[in-house]
Amino acid sequence: MSHYSALSVFLNALKGNQNWQRAWRDPAPKPKYDVVIVGGGGHGLATAYYLAKEHGIRNIAVIEKGWLGGGNTGRNTTIVRSNYMMPGNTMFYERSMKLWENLSQDLNYNVMISQRGQYNLCHSPAQMDAARRRGNIMRANGIDADLFDRAEVKRRLPYLDYSATARFPIHGAIFQSRAGTARHDAVAWGYARGADRLGVDIIQQCEVTGYIWDKGKITGVQTTKGEIRAGKVGLAVAGHTGHLADMAGLRLPIETHALQAYVTEPLKPMVDPVISFGAAHFYISQSDKGGLVLGGDLDGYNSYAQRGGLPIVEHTLASAKALMPSLSRLKLLRHWAGVMDMSMDGSPFITKTSVDGLYLNGGWCYGGFKATPAAGWCFAWTIAKDEPHPDNAEFTLNRFERGYQIDEKGVGPKPNAH
Amino acid sequence: MLRINCPVCGTRDETEFTYGGDATVVRPAMDETRAQLWLDYVFNRDNPRGPHTEYWHHVQGCRQWLVMERNTLTHEVGECHLAKEAC
Ligand SMILES: Cc1cc2nc3c(=O)[nH]c(=O)nc-3n(C[C@H](O)[C@H](O)[C@H](O)COP(=O)(O)OP(=O)(O)OC[C@H]3O[C@@H](n4cnc5c(N)ncnc54)[C@H](O)[C@@H]3O)c2cc1C
Ligand SMILES: [Zn+2]
Repeated sequence: MSHYSALSVFLNALKGNQNWQRAWRDPAPKPKYDVVIVGGGGHGLATAYYLAKEHGIRNIAVIEKGWLGGGNTGRNTTIVRSNYMMPGNTMFYERSMKLWENLSQDLNYNVMISQRGQYNLCHSPAQMDAARRRGNIMRANGIDADLFDRAEVKRRLPYLDYSATARFPIHGAIFQSRAGTARHDAVAWGYARGADRLGVDIIQQCEVTGYIWDKGKITGVQTTKGEIRAGKVGLAVAGHTGHLADMAGLRLPIETHALQAYVTEPLKPMVDPVISFGAAHFYISQSDKGGLVLGGDLDGYNSYAQRGGLPIVEHTLASAKALMPSLSRLKLLRHWAGVMDMSMDGSPFITKTSVDGLYLNGGWCYGGFKATPAAGWCFAWTIAKDEPHPDNAEFTLNRFERGYQIDEKGVGPKPNAH
Repeated sequence: MLRINCPVCGTRDETEFTYGGDATVVRPAMDETRAQLWLDYVFNRDNPRGPHTEYWHHVQGCRQWLVMERNTLTHEVGECHLAKEAC
């Protein structure tokens, strides 16, 4: 497969772009692999890529029931940041940020990482104190963070509502300058191409429907394309984690919920950074095509339907208008939903399970896109070495029984509140 | 928009209600000392893809807790009764 470069773009253009080769193969599944990864989203593909690249395990299949990136990877609002403060999260997300910063070069694929900066707005003195604390923890860990007062936020983001009648007055903001966005599809495609080049078989339109068992150990998967044996099976199926765990007899601290995203009609450049409202769950950025990308709350009840209801559309747009009154006459072009594996403390799992041969990457809630590189990297490590890397050592299933939840938001075991 | 059939108030929009999660989870007896049972109660869920029995609180209506059947894959709403009435 060819290397992408400015020269290859130029030469192919001269020939009318007739000679581009497909970016990854479309193989039939082999009867047996060393590792089978279930789920062809960013996490599954990244896991296969790092297993092959870092650990020399190349006899791998990634099995996807639909098409690559058709799950949450292709449905998210693409925000990438590392402003976490709980031990267990902080260094994991910073590893991910560092991998993002070099990802396009590493994959020879432009994932369009754009470090445009992210503001988390504060609307009360208490929120400013909490932001200061978070920022200090980040800086103590070598992660960039700045705290801005109201005047500085107003200078930088003049289009927010600073009027006397603003429903939630802006007191300031915590800012991470290295945060930003990336192109979601490109992340799936880049990892797919990278993994394929290292020999990984990517098998689409193939659903895992059960496991092959041998004396209480999982030794492969049943699929709609037949049985595939595997030394180890890794799950990276996001919202479907509960379903695939159930087939393995595991009951998990996870509920599946729908989250929506929204895009408006395109505008000229207006919102350069990513902005998160601090008074309600709402955030906004602008895509390269000019559409404003909006995100908000979960629909609020267990759901495996990849579509959302209208009450949350109204709720999200009300937040948008409270923050940026100038948006009021914009039209929404599209909205859609993905199904999220909401964990009971809002933090993920990258871990071995109590079933021999089965490894779990899940519980990403609505924050797993930014985690994609580090989740793949750490999951690959865990599968290859049969033990976690220090950066994912806290992402276990038994943290709940040990009393070591990683509750970044401090809302307790209520998955629809994280 | 889900339309929830409250046995007291009739069929109302979902926005009048607050979701209360899986209604099949049962709290262990207060003198229960097996940690695993408390762990299951507080943290672990069946999380089915399909029929789900769940709590809804009619906060902006009669303020009763309801138990409703709903399919998590299709959102089809089924039988709904007062939580205080055993089914
Ligand atoms: C609307 C929305 C906004 C979001 N915004 C952000 C954000 O701004 N920043 C951020 O960091 N995160 C965000 N997220 C979360 C993020 O998208 C996810 O956490 C992340 O993409 C998960 O990646 P994944 O590869 O694990 O899952 P997915 O991309 O969902 O991949 C899982 C794959 O598994 C496949 N699968 C499932 N069951 C089977 C089976 N039985 N057999 C075979 N294949 C199967 C699915 O088809 C799917 O393709 C958002 C999510 C949504 C829905
Ligand atoms: Zn009622």
